Amino acid sequence: MKIAVCIKRVPDMDVRFKIAAIGNAVDEAGLKFDMNDFDSWAVEAALQIKDRDAATEVVIVSLGTDAVQETIRKALAMGADRGVELKTDHIPFDGLAIARALAAELKDGGYDLVLFGKQSADSSNGVVGAMVGELLGLPLVTAISKLEISGQKGSAKREIEGGQEFVEFPLPAVLTIDQGLNIARYPALKGIMAAKKKPLEVKPAQLGAQTVTVTQMELPPERAPGRIIGEGVAAVPELVRLLQTEAKVL
Amino acid sequence: MANVFAFAETRNGELRKIALEAVTAARSVADATGGQVHAFVAGATGIEHCAAQLAKYGADEVVVAEHGAFSKYNPEAVAAIVAERVRTGGYRVAIFPTSALGSDLAPRVAAKLGVGLVTDVTDIKLDGDAVIVKHPVNIGKVLATVKIASNPALVAIRANMFTPVENPRAGTIQRAAPVGDPDASRVVVKEVKLGGGTKLDLGEAPVIVSGGRGLKGPENFQLVEDLAAAFGNAAVGATRVVTDEGWRPHSDQIGQTGRLVSPDLYVAVGISGAIQHLAGMRTSRTIVAINKDKEAPIFKIADYGIVGDLFEIVPALTAAVKEARARG
Ligand SMILES: Cc1cc2nc3c(=O)[nH]c(=O)nc-3n(C[C@H](O)[C@H](O)[C@H](O)COP(=O)(O)OP(=O)(O)OC[C@H]3O[C@@H](n4cnc5c(N)ncnc54)[C@H](O)[C@@H]3O)c2cc1C
Ligand SMILES: Nc1ncnc2c1ncn2[C@@H]1O[C@H](COP(=O)(O)O)[C@@H](O)[C@H]1O
Repeated sequence: MKIAVCIKRVPDMDVRFKIAAIGNAVDEAGLKFDMNDFDSWAVEAALQIKDRDAATEVVIVSLGTDAVQETIRKALAMGADRGVELKTDHIPFDGLAIARALAAELKDGGYDLVLFGKQSADSSNGVVGAMVGELLGLPLVTAISKLEISGQKGSAKREIEGGQEFVEFPLPAVLTIDQGLNIARYPALKGIMAAKKKPLEVKPAQLGAQTVTVTQMELPPERAPGRIIGEGVAAVPELVRLLQTEAKVL
Repeated sequence: MANVFAFAETRNGELRKIALEAVTAARSVADATGGQVHAFVAGATGIEHCAAQLAKYGADEVVVAEHGAFSKYNPEAVAAIVAERVRTGGYRVAIFPTSALGSDLAPRVAAKLGVGLVTDVTDIKLDGDAVIVKHPVNIGKVLATVKIASNPALVAIRANMFTPVENPRAGTIQRAAPVGDPDASRVVVKEVKLGGGTKLDLGEAPVIVSGGRGLKGPENFQLVEDLAAAFGNAAVGATRVVTDEGWRPHSDQIGQTGRLVSPDLYVAVGISGAIQHLAGMRTSRTIVAINKDKEAPIFKIADYGIVGDLFEIVPALTAAVKEARARG
């Protein structure tokens, strides 16, 4: 069984972002970048299948600038076998453009499973995996938090509002990974050394036309600064009064 | 004149609140140009009864797809019929919910049609040939204005952003036949397990009472449940620590990797206010925090904070809310 995992390099979110001078992007100066969290769970899912000897090869695909090589190497250090960089001068916002480029790379790869994260932290769009599934014409299950593969069949659990859905599907298939499926492993020193020698192919990304573009970015209006209205049970009547008269939610 | 398509999500044969929000959002786009709103509803035989309510909230036409295979979400069959309808309907904009279902459906339809899609949209406007939407990025820390130049433009709206407004229209019923055989879908939803049937969903509840590690154990969530019950219109949420510990189901988790919510009132009980949690609830209209640590980051964004022991404060608040509501 061959598995592909699509991973995105995204900024660390634990910062106060600044808007770049061009006005439609964040200022990248000083930002740290790493693998998107959901994607690390997708890599882990693939590696767990490989650990059971059920997969022969795990291939990592990432579209972006040469900087994504660092992120691909991290996945290789976790245990994936080889990487593909789909090279662009920047990662566009248009999910369909990204999906088309990824689908072009994946379509003749002979993959039994193609895994994605549910959504990337920066775009916060959650569309690329499902679009690739559709473009490849493969069975597609999104946002799974539990997965079982046996032979050419799979079953998965999806978290839905206030419940769960249990889904069955045949392989080959495209899956997008929600949290809760696993905890991603850290690359061990041995893995980091081995990753340096693993193949990493660089190809131009076939992005095609883009119809979705960011025209402006801004910081959302700040909330009014927090206010502590009191301490202990004594503050409860004042809270109820404010909820009634000021916030008007009671 | 721009006609607008609105996907009306149902569960157990009934419209979800987000369906009315989709129609309301569609109405505002259509009205700007004198266009019509066509709502689409799929389900088992009998789902046609939803048409009246969709008409009441502004659907000029209601496209009804009835088939036994639509009694549960059938991703491939629903995507096929919706894509066909959007393709042939001449719509300028097609609106979907950013829900578990909508997040699965909308990108399938976008890829089938080869058109642009933006999800988690908080505002929609037409500007000449383009559809302009607002969409939070970087876990909500940055707000992007996004232009969709494709025709149609697909937009999935965030819950609780487009308050349903009654705006009665004809709601003329049209029927849509499935595309292909809906029973032949490769991906099959075998079972749907829902928590208590009467419970309000986090995305729909006007009030959310959320508990964190400060509750100390699953049994103490009764305090949170009681406070939610006192409000009468509240759902219960949790932090990731709580869902990882198994005190509450994963579907209750609010935050960057859980649900994004923006209720009228969010009550954070024993929650520190980590950025990943704030990412999921910071757009709530009013935030209340109860925490014994006055330095807890949740107090930086809480409109009303009370410092102290939740085990004393929450029961007192529950009683006071009950009393306030009884007085009316
Ligand atoms: C990649 C990633 C994604 C994440 N995604 C999410 C997410 O989606 N949602 C999420 O919630 N978290 C998420 N987290 C986890 C997040 O970083 C925090 O660990 C988590 O939100 C903390 O939960 P908490 O507030 O319940 O617990 P704590 O941070 O331990 O806070 C407990 C609070 O309870 C208070 N307390 C204790 N006892 C009492 C008492 N008797 N009375 C009153 N107050 C009391 C304490 O003062 C403290 O402030 C994520 C983390 C990572 C790394
Ligand atoms: N530039 C990219 N390279 C590789 N995979 C990507 C890229 N962008 C998005 N993805 C994948 O698609 C998922 C959803 O992304 P998004 O639609 O941007 O939220 C991510 O979790 C990744 O698995």
